[in-house]
Amino acid sequence: MDFSYTILIPLIPLALFVILGIFSKKIPPSISGWIGSLGLGTSFVLSWYTAYSYFLGGKLNGVYQTFIYKTTWLNFTDKLHIDMGVLIDPISVMMLVVVSTISFMVHLYSRGYMKGDDGYTRFFSYLALFSFSMFGLVLATNLFQMYIFWELVGASSYLLIGYYYTKPSAVAAGKKAFIVTRFADLGFLIGILLISYYSGTFDFQEINSLHGSIITNWAATSFMGLSVITWGLILIYLGAAGKSAMMPFHIWLPDAMEGPTPVSALIHAATMVVAGVYLVARLFPVYYFVENGFALQIVAYVGAISSLVAAIIAITQTDIKRVLAFSTMSQIGYMMLALGVSKYDGHEGLGYMASMFHLFTHAMFKALLFLGAGSVIHIVHSNYLKDMGNLRKHMPITHITFLIASLSIAGFPGFAGFFSKDEILAAAYENNMLIYVSSVLVAGLTAFYIFRLYFGIFWGKDNTYEHTPHESPWSMTIPMLFLAFMSIAGGYIPFSDYISADSIPFKSHLNLPLAAIATSIGFIGIILAYVFYKKENNLPERFANSFGVFYKWTYHKFYFDEIYLFVTKKILFGIVGFSAAWFDKHIVDGTMVGIGNTTVAISEKIKGWQSGKFQDYAMSFVGGGVVIAMVVFYIWIN
Amino acid sequence: MIAGINIYEILTLTSILFFIGLYGFFTRENLITVLLSIELILNASALNFVLINTYLYPDLLQGAIFTIFIIALAAAETALAIAIIINLYKLIYSVEVKDTETMKY
Repeated sequence: MDFSYTILIPLIPLALFVILGIFSKKIPPSISGWIGSLGLGTSFVLSWYTAYSYFLGGKLNGVYQTFIYKTTWLNFTDKLHIDMGVLIDPISVMMLVVVSTISFMVHLYSRGYMKGDDGYTRFFSYLALFSFSMFGLVLATNLFQMYIFWELVGASSYLLIGYYYTKPSAVAAGKKAFIVTRFADLGFLIGILLISYYSGTFDFQEINSLHGSIITNWAATSFMGLSVITWGLILIYLGAAGKSAMMPFHIWLPDAMEGPTPVSALIHAATMVVAGVYLVARLFPVYYFVENGFALQIVAYVGAISSLVAAIIAITQTDIKRVLAFSTMSQIGYMMLALGVSKYDGHEGLGYMASMFHLFTHAMFKALLFLGAGSVIHIVHSNYLKDMGNLRKHMPITHITFLIASLSIAGFPGFAGFFSKDEILAAAYENNMLIYVSSVLVAGLTAFYIFRLYFGIFWGKDNTYEHTPHESPWSMTIPMLFLAFMSIAGGYIPFSDYISADSIPFKSHLNLPLAAIATSIGFIGIILAYVFYKKENNLPERFANSFGVFYKWTYHKFYFDEIYLFVTKKILFGIVGFSAAWFDKHIVDGTMVGIGNTTVAISEKIKGWQSGKFQDYAMSFVGGGVVIAMVVFYIWIN
Repeated sequence: MIAGINIYEILTLTSILFFIGLYGFFTRENLITVLLSIELILNASALNFVLINTYLYPDLLQGAIFTIFIIALAAAETALAIAIIINLYKLIYSVEVKDTETMKY
């Protein structure tokens, strides 16, 4: 099998970015949208073809092989060299399919959504840059290559969040996303350096090797009671948590919704934010075997807490994109906890498979939810739930696809989310009861908040609109229909035949009792949402009031932003920054100013000596001569 | 060798001449008189050369020759100084020392 052509998948978007970026003023919008869509279409076809040929013929003796094509990019010494290349294994192929599908759909959708926008071509060149970076990240053969593309997706995310650069809130949101993730990436970088120092390589295959120096020899070094390797893995997870909006680095994700909605669908729902999950999955053997999976425990608990907190916050938000943002965070928490509770061999590695499965299905239905929300926002010109209502008759396609996506995320039987969520719950049930209970709770909350959104937008009160709402153009509805198809069909893909922690296919089956519990909890959530939001009534208000303080806390997202602001503004800028500034101003500057002032004062005193009277100078000269003569004479006679 | 006059008396005379010149140089207000004072200083030293030559080394001539050099030098210097003073006068219409004090701090 030769997969070297996969290098084209990232290179096509790179070429698009260069062309559209350089000639953004010259290419008319009508063409640039097509160029971008066609380019990504090629990547889309190549990715599906790769998946088809890999999963059919990539096995040797029942084990999926890893194909690596690489070249040395920077060669410092024999040991220290940075490679660039592509790595083809089950999860990278799966990610290729996810990224190319969503990116292609978003390109098609943006042709309608961004129509008439000033920066139309610029928008498509940014999308191409993002797609290139994300493909590069997915195909990375070593930690350093991944880090480079990791930063590139961060940069393109920054560009796209701040796309409406005349809007101060968008600029601030872009900055916030960049700074928060950069801060987390510092941990990632230190982690990379630690791991590669102890393993002597950046290469994923060597680091992950069961006979490699990391996995066999992790106990050799320790720091503060833990292996140094574990510290490295925790630091790498810090970077993953920053990118994937896990607590406490999630604060940038809701604000990132300032970007255009297709961007939210592509970057902040389906692809970039799951890069953290992908990173942990990529290093899974190391996470699992080093220190008996201590770092993996942290992954699991952080994922579980994030998913619960985000689901609670999502209930109270009124901006529909923010609800979806918190929902994304909650679902990524699901993927993280599934990885965290997973084991390595065969059926024991169910969590790993479930995590990747959920990543796949979540990408489809969450991108669809965002595209649906974008379609609604496009018509209503508002992000707020209060401005919507009773849109189902006006927008039948958006309504149906949104309903499919909602059922999918709520885990309704037969839809994609039902299957992947069931696997996650089964994995959690087998390994950690506490996490299982919290995940079931999250499943109920998810069903509730997503149907609150659904009923709020498409049923509920009859709003009066400035323009009569109408269905979005075909360019927007076709991608939605395709994703709706995937949100159902995605669940029937036999994922365990393709993806497992040890690359050996195994048989997984639906765990009926667990599925029944989760489904009934989901039903309760849907029915509650039906009662509360189907028709306009005062139930939600009364309910919110009965929770009182807790509701207020949740509405303000548990004051995470305020805590961050307090820490940065009051403590960092106020105390540390203030005293540092005082020291700089008064001690450092003071010394320099003091030297200058002393010189000025002295020269002020003695400048009168230069009077301009040549007779005075002559007098000094003669006087000096006399003094010298006297001294010489005195020495001479003695 | 001048009869009845001893070298110390003549050296006293030239010293007095030198210091009169110096005093004039320091105190005169007019640039021309300052120039005259310089001439006095030069003459005092020229006189010294001649006298010391005559009294101490009557067979040699170096002192006298040096005196001729000093006179030539004094003439050149005077010409130069007069030229400067004339130009200064053209510029500021004054030959007073106090009007030349603009080159200061």
